[in-house]
Amino acid sequence: MADESEETDKLRKIREGDVRTASRLIRNLEDDLPEAKSTIKRIFPHTGRAHVIGITGPPGAGKSTLVDALISSFRKKEKTVGVLAVDPTSPFTGGAILGDRIRMQRHAEDPGVFVRSLATRGALGGLSKAVGDAVHVMDVMGKEIIMVETVGTGQQEVEIINHSHTVIVVLVPGMGDDIQAIKAGIMEIADIFVINKADRDGANQLLSELNAMLNMAPEFPGGWRPPVIRIGNVFDSGPFGESLVELSAAIGDHHRRLMEKDLLGDRMRRKALMEINEALRDAILAPILKELAESGEMDRITGRLLRKESDPYTIAEEVARRFLK
Amino acid sequence: MAKRKIRIMVAKPGLDGHDRGARVLARCFRDAGFEVIYTGCHQSPEQIAAAAIQEDVDLVGLSCLSGAHRTLFPRVIELLREQGADDIVVIGGGIIPDQDFPKLYGAGIKAIFTPGAPLEAIIDWIRTNIKPRK
Ligand SMILES: Nc1nc2c(ncn2[C@@H]2O[C@H](COP(=O)(O)OP(=O)(O)OP(=O)(O)O)[C@@H](O)[C@H]2O)c(=O)[nH]1
Ligand SMILES: [Mg+2]
Repeated sequence: MADESEETDKLRKIREGDVRTASRLIRNLEDDLPEAKSTIKRIFPHTGRAHVIGITGPPGAGKSTLVDALISSFRKKEKTVGVLAVDPTSPFTGGAILGDRIRMQRHAEDPGVFVRSLATRGALGGLSKAVGDAVHVMDVMGKEIIMVETVGTGQQEVEIINHSHTVIVVLVPGMGDDIQAIKAGIMEIADIFVINKADRDGANQLLSELNAMLNMAPEFPGGWRPPVIRIGNVFDSGPFGESLVELSAAIGDHHRRLMEKDLLGDRMRRKALMEINEALRDAILAPILKELAESGEMDRITGRLLRKESDPYTIAEEVARRFLK
Repeated sequence: MAKRKIRIMVAKPGLDGHDRGARVLARCFRDAGFEVIYTGCHQSPEQIAAAAIQEDVDLVGLSCLSGAHRTLFPRVIELLREQGADDIVVIGGGIIPDQDFPKLYGAGIKAIFTPGAPLEAIIDWIRTNIKPRK
């Protein structure tokens, strides 16, 4: 257990924006060290100032390229920026290639920008927990804008997006039927739609599909109808720059709307609920699973299930009776 | 408690734009169970050091085919040291003539792997020498 003055020192350094201390803390959070959790307890009261922007969409949609451009546009407005770039862990080896950073390296030396890559690690609820806590760390560092990039292929990423105030869903033309599945999963969470690579065929069709869908929506919370913004080819700086201005304006408008209509309260309640859910899972379920595994009982239970001597529900009830009262 | 993961950054300082080797290496590291951050070509030592600190990696693997390793590799180490990050281990790879080894080791490069080195040797070296820090 770290001593009191060491902890106070750590907290001070993070609040001063010290990258080394902050990135080490994020590392310890990912590795689920108990001492990292106690630091989060201390920084939690100081959180809640940043504007958190979630950016999701299918693989290769151009999310990182867009984040890179948004970093520049926020820096022009003298805002400090944190980026959490999430990439999947290989389920076979437990390793990961975190490649989002390549597109943002030109900002590496800017002290007003802090980019951190995270792997999903595939733990039960673990991804979203580490991301949520990493958002807290960057927030306490004083980053005014925090962007969270995740690959979104449907429902399972929605949870991560719950950490955000403003969710940008990035789509590209010509995705065929995939778009249907993606739309079903992430339609409701988008505050802003971006059609990326709008230089390609099919951009107009995608635009009208999205508009048709939005037209069918019964109502929009707070009266915010998600705008659909077409972003031109990154390699063609004129139109790209213009569409980026439009996107930044939409992000600003959305944030203002959240403030005015007290929609922020709803989002924050949703986030608080999710955080407590995850913390409970950690505090209650994890120790039970650990004990069952270590005592060898999990093997016995699995055996009973395989031999059909019992069923998962009965076993769960037995375990719950024993551990929870 | 989850297992601690080794985090590695693969970076290419200098002007050569051939990053096939670096990409192959990144994939091997992933397959060995490491988390790999790849930063692409044409990186300045300043960019590499800043990224290594932001990512809190255990190890930086520098790959260079252009002959600029003599100045660029030591510079990365110097920058890490200046920023209090000398616990980040730096290794080098690429086309590096034998006579340069002493200078690089002297500058603080912990291991050098030339193109003939089998990938397993690099992974073994990492498993033996790198423990995730606290
Ligand atoms: N034609 C065109 N290509 C683009 C555009 N934006 C990005 N790209 C290219 O699309 C590829 C993928 O871009 P990224 O920004 O890495 O995409 P991503 O969505 O972050 O990818 P993942 O994180 O791997 O899911 C790169 O080769 C980009 O150069 C665009 O507006 N037009
Ligand atoms: Mg990306």
